[in-house]
Amino acid sequence: MSDAAPILSVRDVTKWFGGVQALNKVSLDVYPGEVVALAGDNGAGKSTVIKTVSGVFGRDGGDILLDGRSVSFSTPQEARDAGIETIYQDLSLADNLSIGANIFLGREPMRKIFGFLPALDRKKMADVARETMARLDFHVERLDAPVAAFSGGQRQAVAIGRAIYWNARIVIMDEPTAALGVPEQRKVMSLIQSLKAEGKGVIFISHNLRDIFEVADRIVVFRRGENAGERKPSETSGDEIVRLMVGK
Amino acid sequence: MTAIAVSPPVTGKSWLVRIAELRAWLFLAFLIVFFEIWVRLGSGAEFIFRPYNLQAIAVFAAVPLILGLGQTFVIISAGIDLSLGFVMGLSSVISAQAANIGAETLGLSLPLAMLFGIFVGAAVTIIPGLVNGWLIAYLKVPPFIGTLGMYGVSRGAAYLFAGGMTVGISNRWFSAIGNDRFYGVPYLVILTAIACLILHYVLSQTRFGQHTYAMGASQAAARRAGIDVKRLTIKIYLLSAIMGGFAGALYTGRFSAGAPQAGEALLLDSIAAVVIGGASLFGGSGTIWGTVAGAFVIAVIQYGLVLVDVEPFWQFIAVGLVIIVSVLVDQAQRRYVGGRTVE
Repeated sequence: MSDAAPILSVRDVTKWFGGVQALNKVSLDVYPGEVVALAGDNGAGKSTVIKTVSGVFGRDGGDILLDGRSVSFSTPQEARDAGIETIYQDLSLADNLSIGANIFLGREPMRKIFGFLPALDRKKMADVARETMARLDFHVERLDAPVAAFSGGQRQAVAIGRAIYWNARIVIMDEPTAALGVPEQRKVMSLIQSLKAEGKGVIFISHNLRDIFEVADRIVVFRRGENAGERKPSETSGDEIVRLMVGK
Repeated sequence: MTAIAVSPPVTGKSWLVRIAELRAWLFLAFLIVFFEIWVRLGSGAEFIFRPYNLQAIAVFAAVPLILGLGQTFVIISAGIDLSLGFVMGLSSVISAQAANIGAETLGLSLPLAMLFGIFVGAAVTIIPGLVNGWLIAYLKVPPFIGTLGMYGVSRGAAYLFAGGMTVGISNRWFSAIGNDRFYGVPYLVILTAIACLILHYVLSQTRFGQHTYAMGASQAAARRAGIDVKRLTIKIYLLSAIMGGFAGALYTGRFSAGAPQAGEALLLDSIAAVVIGGASLFGGSGTIWGTVAGAFVIAVIQYGLVLVDVEPFWQFIAVGLVIIVSVLVDQAQRRYVGGRTVE
């Protein structure tokens, strides 16, 4: 897939926190329909890279290109508007609201009642929820149920559904399987496959090497804020990845 | 590709859940039947079927209900507004004074002086409302503490403005708002009903209402969805304070006097109404109709016990027990239909 241009390209990004250098000339490319796994020990810089991409942190050097154009986001909202969606470990769902309300949270569709009074368009939210979830092979019967009623994997599907409905180009998933039981982890793996099939670029952070090997097209290893290597799962082994992570 | 499990385990609204959501109304119906029987056995008179009683209960419920409407938004957002009672007192005093000044100094006609009084009384509450919201949103003061501070400030300000006394008004238009009827229905009840309809619309049909629910469930989720949680917090406490201002002005009309302690006893009634109505103090749930039922539950207990000649102090005990029971029922319901067992 390297014949296409990367959607996202991180070039030699450097980041300082006070006197501590968190990132030293880190680079990362993500192509359409590709799952890139970030591996590295705690403090290796995985989260910092993600946060410079998603607009949480600024950068002190280097460049970030989205579709070939240099971008600089000062808030996560700007990154999201540009098509970079981050799915946090806690999923950032409002548990008391329906799937549709969560997909549209912060940008709810409105209709007019009695011809003049603006009101939430719940029907549209429910319709979109049904269609979007169906794209993820998740067929919901009760669209008015609060998302608290669903399982961990299904809630993950809601968070991913929100990203695909709003046409995210890049979906960043931070430890998506960490809080789940084994069957639910399988579902998340299949959700990532769906994202891939939709042509999204996926950045996937996980501590679980088995998940990484199952789903990733490329593994980018970080060590102490620097690129430590890049491998294809088919051409490497868990042992080699761990050696790259610890530097021996 | 493996399909995601087709039907969710426990889905939203089974009939059991719907009954649970209506529980405040069911409890209200039970109370009415209960007192109907008690009153008939005791004195042979009718309870709810006597228009006089029905009207008295509605008037009884009106002012705490108006406080409860604003408090509903605050509690859904996972906050609490303890300043509301004395914000109401402050508005009561200021609206009385402004109405007097309007008529005597500014030479306004009585109806205009009344409107001037209500407007100034409600406008003054913008200050404690903004301060509450600012403390909570920007300075990260817990709502309990921030609004407790404004409770003290508003209380002191209300007594200072009133010179430690009540402020009488001699504006028959203003008094009429609190005591007269329109085709047999007290203005007080009509105005309260309009406020309920408007705030029900705002809570259930607007983005502001939807974001209030989202914020109550998870502030982080709301923030990450692009909602300006700080602004939202300020708006919510502002709404609460302005409802307090409205309630204060109505109190002034009803008793033809502005009193600093007007809302002192009503603050807890407003919180009780919201909680009995099914809202969780942890935020994220609650409805205007629930609060309406909650306010009427309290009013029926208070008025009913008076009617059957029980010592008035039993009212406090009865309302207190109802609050505890509704919280227990709420928790049991959450355990039963919550779906997830973790947390």
